Amino acid sequence: METNNANVNEDNTKIQKSPSGLSIIWRELVRDKLALVSLIFLIVITVFVYGVALILDQDEIVRVDLFSIHEPPGEEFILGTDYGGRDIFGQLIIGTRNSLSIGILVTLMTGVIGIVFGLVAGYFGGNIDNIMMRITDFFMILPFLMIVIVFVAIVPSYSVLTFSLIMTAFLWMGKARLIRSKALQEKELDYVQASKTLGSSNFKIMFTQVLPNISSLIIVTMTLNLANNIGLESGLSFLGFGFPESTPSLGTLLSYARNPQTLEYRWWIWVPASVLILLLMLAIRNVGEALKRATDARQRRG
Amino acid sequence: MWKFSVRRILIMIPQIILLSILIFILAKMMPGDALSGMVDPNVSPERLEELRESLGWNDPWYVQYGDWVGGVVQGDLGQSFRFKMPVSEIVGQRIINTFWLSLATLIFTYLIAIPLGITSGRYNDSLLDQAITSYTYIGFATPLFIFALVMLWVFGFMLGWFPTSGSVSPGLEPGTFEYVMSKIYHLILPAIAMALITTVNTVQYLRSEIIDTKQKDFIITARAKGASESRVYNRHILRNSLLPLAAFFGFEITGLIGGTIFVENIFGYPGMGQLFLESITLRDYSVVTAVTLLFGIAAILGALLSDIILSLVDPRIRIK
Repeated sequence: METNNANVNEDNTKIQKSPSGLSIIWRELVRDKLALVSLIFLIVITVFVYGVALILDQDEIVRVDLFSIHEPPGEEFILGTDYGGRDIFGQLIIGTRNSLSIGILVTLMTGVIGIVFGLVAGYFGGNIDNIMMRITDFFMILPFLMIVIVFVAIVPSYSVLTFSLIMTAFLWMGKARLIRSKALQEKELDYVQASKTLGSSNFKIMFTQVLPNISSLIIVTMTLNLANNIGLESGLSFLGFGFPESTPSLGTLLSYARNPQTLEYRWWIWVPASVLILLLMLAIRNVGEALKRATDARQRRG
Repeated sequence: MWKFSVRRILIMIPQIILLSILIFILAKMMPGDALSGMVDPNVSPERLEELRESLGWNDPWYVQYGDWVGGVVQGDLGQSFRFKMPVSEIVGQRIINTFWLSLATLIFTYLIAIPLGITSGRYNDSLLDQAITSYTYIGFATPLFIFALVMLWVFGFMLGWFPTSGSVSPGLEPGTFEYVMSKIYHLILPAIAMALITTVNTVQYLRSEIIDTKQKDFIITARAKGASESRVYNRHILRNSLLPLAAFFGFEITGLIGGTIFVENIFGYPGMGQLFLESITLRDYSVVTAVTLLFGIAAILGALLSDIILSLVDPRIRIK
């Protein structure tokens, strides 16, 4: 009798259990060939770049070598050299690693601020929400690029860490708004009310109950943000207000193209970096769009 | 309508005040001041200190802030040490160029967006629509500065169709026909480069808007009473889909501010964006402060414009 019951229960759970989040995402990825190819491309690039960067020595790569200035691609230098005789291929690998790292770092930091800000504003509502949203509005309206450039120019003891902190300070608003609107809907649902009645603290409800329920949304936005952040970093480095030349990134390689001579005659310096940025951004977007569809049952293909 | 606009304008005032405070703090954090730029061995440090005192730079910050705001309101943006002339004059020279560049970009943006959006919305899921959608997808992922570089490389250097820097050919008299034509000729490439990237938002928006409107009841009614297909599209659908587009106009201004910094830098176009970057590199901070403040106010006004247009177009927003 008992075994029978257990069997019935097992069957029921089998029927009622909806597919887990991961398996939905996997199905969506397999269904969308472009996203799958993009994901594989991203994994290969990341592993390759971080792996090779372990062997390469950054100081070795950025050391000026006056005997091999502006060498075109050849046997010694696969992708030629820049105006300081530095190997472009090595810079490309280290640069991709640096760009990816800062993109991920900024995305994570803005994510944390956006989550805390959005959850608190949305969950408490009322005056707290009002004040917090006015602050967000103000940050949103600032001319992002100019303010960041001014900060980068005047901050004393400028480093990669301060650069990412400056970027973070002016990039969290979009996520805060999105998470707040979701939290506003979520807090009206029964499970939050039930948890309140049981006496859970607000903190516990926000971070252990509401947060997991909106996690899919957060993952999707953070993926799409990663692409934007890599683009912003390379843009700022391109203008000369991001990474310094001694720490190459994809943007610093492109900034050599601000010299018309380089732009016109030395494609090997800037074209590979441009293509790589474009491919990275497209690939991350493809994966992000597939994740987006996976989290929204109406858009799913599989 | 009026009530909403007035309330919206009132929200703007604290925003502008906060912006000015932020920029003032930034200006104070900038190393050195306008006097340390005037390095003159004949002026002793004691004299410099006296000058600082007489210019009010040793006052408490709120007095200085008041003085600064008072000056800005009267059009006094300070003195540039690089050009040795008032900042307002330099800005006056450059802002016209940026204005023309922005205007040309906006015109190209809509010239591209409206036909593409309509085609891809009307014939959705056709081969043409797929081509347009792929363009918007790639356009979304392409950073503006890379695209601008490639455009400059291909059309400026390799094909030589367009000039590669400046806003006008040297040696032409202002006011003549050649001068105007040369100005336009210098504008085309940067404006198209910027428009091709910024337009993708508008194309996508218009497409989904048209696809949405196509299935509404009043369109079925229009078809049922025998309106021709072109009449349905031109009179019924377009009128409903183009209006929300107007609301994006203000946000375009915000987008243009970021865009001009890149595009003016790449195409060597002497506008506000280039002035900003040059001044910050040469530590001409009074110009940096002025340009940041002006662009910040432009962004705030752009958002205001969008909200007011949106409330005109969509009455539901006014109730909030």
